[in-house]
Amino acid sequence: MPEYPLSEKLPERLRTPSGPPFEEVTFEAVLAGRVTMADLRVTAEALELQAQVAEQAGRPQLAENLRRAAELVAVPDEEILAIYNALRPGRADRSKLLALASELEARYGAFRCAALIREAAEI
Amino acid sequence: MHASKRAERRAARPINRDSFIEEWVDPGLIISGSPRDPEPSIRIAGGRVVELDGVPEDRFDLLDRFIARHAVDVSLAEAAMALEPATIARMLVDINVPRSELVRLVSGLTPAKIVRVVDCLNPVEMMMALQKMRARRTPANQAHVTNRREHPALLAADAAEAVERGFAELKTTVGVSRYAPLNAIAVLVGSGTGRGAALTQCAVEESLGLKLALRGLTTYAETLSVYGTEQAFRDGDDSPWSKAFLASAYASRGVKVRFTSGSGSEALMGHAEGKSMLYLEARCLMAVKGAGAQGVQNGSISCIALPESLPGGVRGVMAENLIAAMLDLELASGNDAMASHSEIRKTAKLMLQFLPGTDFIFSGYSVMPREDNLFGGGNFEGEDLDDYNVLQRDMLVDGGQRPVREERVLAVRRRAAQAIQAVFDELGLPPIRDEEVEAAVYAHSSADLPERDVPADLEAATAFLERGGDAVDVIRALARRGFTDIAQNILAIEKLRISGDFLQTSAVVLPGGCVRSAINDPNDYRGPGTGYQLPPERRAEIARIPQAVDPRTIGAATEVWQPLLLECGPARAGERTDEIVIALGPAFGSALRETLLGLPHREVLEALIEGVRQEGLRPRIVKVYSTSDCGFIGHQGAQLSGSGIAIGIQSKGTTVIHRRDLQPLDNLELFPQAPNLTLDSYRVIGRNAAKYAKGEPVLPVPVQIDNMARLKYIVKTTILHRRETEQVVPGRPAEEVCLA
Repeated sequence: MPEYPLSEKLPERLRTPSGPPFEEVTFEAVLAGRVTMADLRVTAEALELQAQVAEQAGRPQLAENLRRAAELVAVPDEEILAIYNALRPGRADRSKLLALASELEARYGAFRCAALIREAAEI
Repeated sequence: MHASKRAERRAARPINRDSFIEEWVDPGLIISGSPRDPEPSIRIAGGRVVELDGVPEDRFDLLDRFIARHAVDVSLAEAAMALEPATIARMLVDINVPRSELVRLVSGLTPAKIVRVVDCLNPVEMMMALQKMRARRTPANQAHVTNRREHPALLAADAAEAVERGFAELKTTVGVSRYAPLNAIAVLVGSGTGRGAALTQCAVEESLGLKLALRGLTTYAETLSVYGTEQAFRDGDDSPWSKAFLASAYASRGVKVRFTSGSGSEALMGHAEGKSMLYLEARCLMAVKGAGAQGVQNGSISCIALPESLPGGVRGVMAENLIAAMLDLELASGNDAMASHSEIRKTAKLMLQFLPGTDFIFSGYSVMPREDNLFGGGNFEGEDLDDYNVLQRDMLVDGGQRPVREERVLAVRRRAAQAIQAVFDELGLPPIRDEEVEAAVYAHSSADLPERDVPADLEAATAFLERGGDAVDVIRALARRGFTDIAQNILAIEKLRISGDFLQTSAVVLPGGCVRSAINDPNDYRGPGTGYQLPPERRAEIARIPQAVDPRTIGAATEVWQPLLLECGPARAGERTDEIVIALGPAFGSALRETLLGLPHREVLEALIEGVRQEGLRPRIVKVYSTSDCGFIGHQGAQLSGSGIAIGIQSKGTTVIHRRDLQPLDNLELFPQAPNLTLDSYRVIGRNAAKYAKGEPVLPVPVQIDNMARLKYIVKTTILHRRETEQVVPGRPAEEVCLA
């Protein structure tokens, strides 16, 4: 199991979405403009490590959620909101949902999210 | 019917403003055990659940389908379901069965079965179970921070105070939703002030909430509501799948998520299907678990008064808390909405979560007065903070709050209000004037704050979001204006998003930016002496409430005293039958100078003397050294009195009229409640003593009965009596004295 908290035990394995290592996210770097809000986000790699932590703590559903989250890291905010809204009652028919699932899979390799959407489409 | 005066008095009590109803199955007005609740059952075929609580797969509704697919461990289900409910219930309270074994077992149960299990437990057993089953070892607390005027300086000040008082999470919301970004910024700035470590949220519509979180203006989300019937879920404009997706969306941005459920919501929405509240809540909780949420706030939440109207309502709410913990979910256990008009009932209910401890005992303690609470209450509010601190101290229970001195409260409030003033200025938001800052520091509620230009605030809030404003803008603004500490505290929490550390179950962020969760602080309760134990420094913190005084200062000399009495040799037995001895305690007029009530000893003594003289007898004063007991002082005086009558008086003012032939602890009249004695009473005591000596009929001195006197004065009584006892010299005969 990865050592937890990652921020204390494994900072060298962490980086920001744009690439700089975790430890370069300093107050000075923020003030100098080298770090922006886009850097203060979790990466798919960190989420996978957290999923492993959750899994080994006996929490398979939380681990699955974190792995779905890892798939969504690359998906833009607007697309995420659009998918969420499509999943709400009466918003999208079965074919629309299936299309969304395929698109997520094709563009982002988001297989787990796609599976969730397909499951919702079964109803 | 002609009601008695007692009945009229009871009818006017706050408890009788609460609503109470009998059970009614059709609309789901029943806590547990509705005849329409299903029998627990499960059938597994081909590695999947094909029957859940009596419903075959082809008749599954949305929730059945989701639960069957995501929340039941099919590898364990048949074995777990084969156990009797009472067997599992006993395991819950058995210290020899570890939490992990139960979590595993429960993951194979259906909603109906879980309810059968908790229905075997009484409230004390549920508390024992909750103590073992909550996920994080160290309890914590969440605060509501809102105000009616949505005043940014007051929000920042209240947030800072909440953090200073130990709250690990701060939750705000809006009256007008366009205020959301400004409210989120104000609470964020406050959260970084002083001790500066708390996760923050702003409860708004889902897509706006997500936007605020993406901008770093909030670090967790909580109001992802789930419901126990399909129709209620649809009315809530969601499905289990949309909620599960939303949970992943938040996590993908490093934002903590907690779901919300609670008994009564389905009945309130008209879709309970005649099922019991607890059964429907068990379904909710299994949906939460299946969605992969790390936790839930439940405990009926805003519906609390509905279950509380029914038999077993408070017990049922406790049971739903327990089910959440059994499902290994972080539990923020309600207590966040007005549950009763009665303070007694509110407090009694709180004990069910407070004593065993939960991950967040309140999912919203209102740090400000209730009138400013936009969440509609807070079962406890700002005015109850001292009560809560005392409850922690009384029981040495960690309720997640810190007693704080007022100077410190004012300091962090001022700092936060000045910081948000600077941030608004730097970000080009409508100015916060100095008088607004000043008012925010000292206000009782937002009614004490100057009005703001609301349209300007709303316009600026929208513009801030539109231009992509975020938490980094806030951090830089703080730094530019010299609020470096606050800026760094906020950055420390934002930076943790990169790690995802606070996405694990039951995570809180401690001062310094360390994460504590069920991973690195797992609840390891296994009976007495295990699990969470108050660390010595936390025990000291809980004990040190500002109202507690150093008992050594009570009755201590604060100045050099002139002598009150002159001693002139050992007292001899008197021979005059017209004398009344006034026997003083060993500290009277020397180590102590006034009675419990603050009557100067000189005046008390003069009153006694005057009373004796009014009856034509002669007072004679002696000081007793061999005892500090009132009866013995009087008894010793009586042995020295020529008339055989003496008045014994302790320094704290307790007085007795004694007679030579009585046993030491017997008396003619005793005045044990010194606080009720006035100088007039002492005068009458002097007169009565004289009348006894003259053999006249005596009307005992009337004294008031004050049942609160002991409550008010027992501490001072103990300490004054100790000071008197310190002056005792065993065997030393009484001294003859006169007033100096």
